Amino acid sequence: MTSDIAAILAIDGIATGAVYALVAIGTVLIFTVTRVIFIPFGDIAAFTALTLAALDAKRFPGTGGLVVGLACLATVIELISLARARELRLAPRALLFYLVLPLAVVGIAWLVTKTDPPLAVRLVLALMLITPISPLLDRIVFRPIADGTVLLLLTVSVALHFALVGLGLLFFGPEGVRTEPLTSLSTEIAGVLISGQTMLIVIAALVFSGLLYLFFDFTLVGKSLRATAVNRTGSRLMGIRPARAGTVAYLLGSLMAGVSGILIAPVNTVFYDSGFLLGLKAFVGAIVGGMTSYPGAAIGAVGVGILESFASFQSSALKDVIVFSLLIPILIWRSLASLHSEEEIEE
Amino acid sequence: MSRSHLRLAAVVAVLCLGVAPFVLSPFSITLMNYIGIYSLVAIGLALLTGVGGIVSFGQAAFVGVAAYATAWVSTLNGYSPWLGLLFGVALTCTVAAILGLATLRLQGHFLSLSTVAWGLAIGFLFGNIEGLGRFNGISSIPPISLGSYALVTSAQIYFLIWGIVAAVLLLGYNLLDSRIGRAMRALRGGNILVESLGINAFQIKLVTFVIAAFLASLSGWLYAHMSRFVSPGPFDAGMGIEYLMMTMVGGAGSLLGGVVGAAVVTLLKNSVQDYLPLIAKGASGQLEIVAFSALFILFLQWARQGIVPFAARFLPKLQHEWPKQAPPLPRRPQPTPGELLLKVDCVERRFGGLIAVNNVSFDVRSGEILGVIGPNGAGKSTMFNCLTGALRVNKGEIVFSGRPITRDAQSRIAKAGIARTFQHVKLRPRMTLLENVMLGTYARTRSGLFAGAFRLNGQEEASARHEALKQLERVGLGEKPFEHAGNLPLGNQRILEIARALAADPALLVLDEPAAGLRRQEKLRLAELLRSLRSDHLTILIVEHDMEFVMSLVDRIVVLDFGSKLCEGAPAAIRSDERVQEAYLGGVA
Repeated sequence: MTSDIAAILAIDGIATGAVYALVAIGTVLIFTVTRVIFIPFGDIAAFTALTLAALDAKRFPGTGGLVVGLACLATVIELISLARARELRLAPRALLFYLVLPLAVVGIAWLVTKTDPPLAVRLVLALMLITPISPLLDRIVFRPIADGTVLLLLTVSVALHFALVGLGLLFFGPEGVRTEPLTSLSTEIAGVLISGQTMLIVIAALVFSGLLYLFFDFTLVGKSLRATAVNRTGSRLMGIRPARAGTVAYLLGSLMAGVSGILIAPVNTVFYDSGFLLGLKAFVGAIVGGMTSYPGAAIGAVGVGILESFASFQSSALKDVIVFSLLIPILIWRSLASLHSEEEIEE
Repeated sequence: MSRSHLRLAAVVAVLCLGVAPFVLSPFSITLMNYIGIYSLVAIGLALLTGVGGIVSFGQAAFVGVAAYATAWVSTLNGYSPWLGLLFGVALTCTVAAILGLATLRLQGHFLSLSTVAWGLAIGFLFGNIEGLGRFNGISSIPPISLGSYALVTSAQIYFLIWGIVAAVLLLGYNLLDSRIGRAMRALRGGNILVESLGINAFQIKLVTFVIAAFLASLSGWLYAHMSRFVSPGPFDAGMGIEYLMMTMVGGAGSLLGGVVGAAVVTLLKNSVQDYLPLIAKGASGQLEIVAFSALFILFLQWARQGIVPFAARFLPKLQHEWPKQAPPLPRRPQPTPGELLLKVDCVERRFGGLIAVNNVSFDVRSGEILGVIGPNGAGKSTMFNCLTGALRVNKGEIVFSGRPITRDAQSRIAKAGIARTFQHVKLRPRMTLLENVMLGTYARTRSGLFAGAFRLNGQEEASARHEALKQLERVGLGEKPFEHAGNLPLGNQRILEIARALAADPALLVLDEPAAGLRRQEKLRLAELLRSLRSDHLTILIVEHDMEFVMSLVDRIVVLDFGSKLCEGAPAAIRSDERVQEAYLGGVA
């Protein structure tokens, strides 16, 4: 391997890693606030890419149907649980959040699609269509078991991923898509050609992580999310609703997953089931950060990207085997690092 | 329901299974074969997840290792499938042992995540190895032959499959009702409890993990030679979660639940495949997995406990056999009264900048009751955890019976003769009183895995049962030994913990705030029990908050305050000590 090839592989790896980093940060965000290890994030990213591709092809994406279906289901579940709690006076609010808002988003997207919008508008539409999915899934799937163990939530999350893969095939079909590059610029740094897309990916990852940092440190909502992450009961006593904090976390997280989907679509061909590996690799990154640290997750995800890039140069068939085998030593290291505090907690 | 009823039910079940292939259609027999093959994995998972509390998403990979191993041996190299069985089982168990050694020390969800990781890695491996046919797999695998009789049709292999399932169930239930099995059932109570009983928790976890992998490897061997074809598909992550689903649907803690779960899931899947095309034409493939995952999620939301435990509530309770008189278990040499038993020498324990225990020294002499008291935050619990090995000491030394135990693991300290109870009671609520106390005899008995599974442990088991009953009677809980421990009121749960500790035949009994949360009558009973134990020459160390309880009971008191020893002496002297009054009452005006 020459240094030229190494440099190209490294840059490639950093670009892939930056995409993983966005999903990894989202995963950490959801985990800290709700304790759910949200495996389906990769699916959300893949769905965004498929949505954008459909919009590019001047078709209305299957995401619309998915959101409408989930919104109806979530509304029914919310109404039933309100009726059970004899709180039907809250029904109008529930209808607004779980039915009217998602349907309005789909309606707007449908109308705008007809006008043959420019790329920027299509990007916004794709993100708009994708963001309601995770909060709706949260309401349908995780809210009824919000107090369950991390393991129960993880099991449900894995099952949910498989459901989403099936739904993805149903709504988007089996064809892979590859969208137009967002930019055709490229530049040469130290003799290595770097495409504008790569730069864009890295910049987007940096900007979004930065925004998230500002959000957490300088807004009340951000602080309430952090409080929920530290202590659910305590923050509830302070007037923070864990359920609402969860919804905000899912919204933010799916936005990040959506952005990563848009960024990766021009680089890799995305299929309805591509999200699994994307999500899991991001997840390996998140574990490097102990599922709690955002910078740790980002660094870990970039590390995974670089490792994958070099591994696929050595043996493209075994790159996934290498990446996932590596997770075990990382887990052991993480577990040893946190052993100290865990042993002192009485079960 | 008595044991003979149970045997009758088992015989009827075996007869039904035996007659089934002569009545059912060939398609139904094939379905039954799949159920049997999946059952084996699900039973292993019931043991691992339900009993041991280790959630594994990766069992499908173990099935695959064995299936590919036997396909490689029998098809690519032309040896007998029986050699394939040996190789498959050996390879799977080795892989499991290595993975287990690496990952079973992980905590909670980290452990389960690691099963996702190796499950995926092994799954990817199958499709990417040149010698194993990559994604096309290996076809025309030979059938299993008994002598010259080849098991080709589904009715022929049926008896082999269900014979193995029946044997596994029998051995599995035997195992759970043995010394090692009880240790497995204690795992969910947490490492601290398990280790305090002199059980090496890691070792038991590893054994459970390898057993589950062994059952998966049997399943993989049968699968390869029944379907005569292996490809990566049936061993991927999706199948891993399906096995987990079977286990949970059947009832995670129940071996029979594994069979029931495998049957329900397989039949459900089959009927979903039949009916979905009627509802949605052309989309059945993708809807199948959606419908399936949705059902699983609904199940986890509403009926986590599973079918078998649910159904068991409507069956008459199993009658237990009263423990018979049996030769006593060997006892450890007891120290002579008055000799130095435990020496705590300048012990220090820090948490970061906080010194929780600072340079504390005291002695415990054989036959006495020593109380360690102090206000909140005095370092009592930390001192206690250092004594029992739950926490490492930063400085100083602890010597028990002339042997330093400062660096020993909890289970070694327990084996050396220090038995403990817990401030927050740690019992196994779904086990009977007798079984809970029998946990205490673990370190005094030695029958292993095979003795347990094949019931070669009869004599030792009878002695352990009798010893447990004797200790229950000693503490006054001997009337209902088959009650579930979770049904007792708190006061009796504390006393049950003492019975469990006594069953270990300890030289020193250490009690962590035994009076906390007890009502007055319960406290009086507890004090009476402890006095009677002292009259049997048992040495007791009590860490306690309740002054009144301690004062009336103990021979000597050590007072801790802010991590340091304040003073030491007889109860009357301590009561009148000004420094103690100041520590407790915040100064005398």
